[in-house]
Amino acid sequence: MEKEVNKRTNPKKYKNPYLMGVLLGFVLIAAFYFSGRGLGASGAPKRVMAAVVEVVAPQHAEKSEFYSKYVKSARGPWKDWLNFEVLGVIIGGFISGTLSGRLKVKVEHSPKITSRKRLAFALIGGILFEYGASMARGCTSGAALSGMAVLATGGLVTMFAIFGGAYLFAYFFRKLWI
Amino acid sequence: MGPLIPQGIIGPEWDFIIALLLGIGFGYTLEAAGFSSSKNLVGLFYGYDFVVLRVFFTAGATAAAGIILFDYFGWIDIGRLYVQPTYWGAAIVGGLIMGLGFVTGGFCPGTSFTAASIGKIDALVFVGGTFVGSFLYGETYPLFKNFVNSGNEGGIKVYDSLGMSRGFFTFLLILIAVGMFYAVPLIEKRVKKPDY
Repeated sequence: MEKEVNKRTNPKKYKNPYLMGVLLGFVLIAAFYFSGRGLGASGAPKRVMAAVVEVVAPQHAEKSEFYSKYVKSARGPWKDWLNFEVLGVIIGGFISGTLSGRLKVKVEHSPKITSRKRLAFALIGGILFEYGASMARGCTSGAALSGMAVLATGGLVTMFAIFGGAYLFAYFFRKLWI
Repeated sequence: MGPLIPQGIIGPEWDFIIALLLGIGFGYTLEAAGFSSSKNLVGLFYGYDFVVLRVFFTAGATAAAGIILFDYFGWIDIGRLYVQPTYWGAAIVGGLIMGLGFVTGGFCPGTSFTAASIGKIDALVFVGGTFVGSFLYGETYPLFKNFVNSGNEGGIKVYDSLGMSRGFFTFLLILIAVGMFYAVPLIEKRVKKPDY
C-alpha cells in the first residue's frame, strides 16, 4: 500500500524502458511510413547555424562549401523537416516533464564537482558531439537509431563508434559522474 | 502504400505537421524514459544504469522488425526509404568524437533538447555547444573535406555486408537485444548508483 502511494507521488518515477522503447519504435516506423525517413536531432542546429551565418556574413555563407549546401537548398535552411521535428522534441519533452512533475530549473551535477565545471564540460560535450555528428552524417538519432531501423551499415558503424568511443574515454572523465 | 509524402499520396504541406507530431512523440518517450537527465544517460558507460541500452535496442529492433512487416503486407515500399550512405572513415572518426562528447557533456543532441525543455541548465549549455560545434565544423570543413567524402559505399545494408538475409539479421538483432536485457541487471546489481 505504501509502495503504491509512493509510486504515484514520486516525481522521479520514470516509465518502463521497454514500453518506451516500443513506443519510440512505433514513432520511428511512422516517420518512415509518412516521410520516408528516420528521426534526427543534430541536423537542426546545423541548419540554424547556416541560417545565422547567412544573415551575419552572407558572402561567406554562399562561398562556404558547407553552409551553402543548406543555405541554397530549395526551401532554405529554416523550412526543413528536421527543424520542425526538433521543435516537436522540445514540446514532447515538456509535455512529459509537466505530466510527471519534473519541470525544474537546475544544473544537475555530481556533488563531487561544481556546477561551473559541469557547465564547462556540457559546453565542450555539445561542441564535440555536434562536430562528430556533422562528420559522421548523423548523431545517435539520425545515424545510429534511424540507421538500425533500416539496417544501414553506416548507421550501425556509427553506433558502435559512438558507444565504443564513450566506453573508451569514460575512465578519464569518471570524476564528472561517479 | 508508404512512404506517403515522398510518393505524393498525401500532400507535401503535411510534411512539417507530421514532422512536428513525430517530434512530440520522440521527445515524449525520451523524457518519460528518463533521458532528460545526464545521470541516467551516462550510467551506460559506468555500469550503474542501462536504461539507454534498453530503450535504444527495443526501439531499434521494433522499428527494424516493423518495417519488414510493413513491407510484407505491402504497406511500404522499402526501396524508397532513406538509407544514409556509408563512409567508413567519417563514420568511425565522427562516432569516436561523439563518444568523447557523450562522456564529457552527458547528453547527445536529441536528449539535450528534451532535458533543456524541462529546465536543465546543463542541457541548455550543451545545446549552445551544438551551435558552436556546427560553426566550428563549417569553418574547418575545407580541412577535412577530402577525408569525410572519401570511400562512399552508398546506402549499403548491414545484412548485405554480412552476407545474411534481412529477416535473419533482424532475428539475430532481436536475440542479441534480449540477451543483453537479461545480462545488464547482473552488472547493475554490482555497481553502486551515484547518489544525487
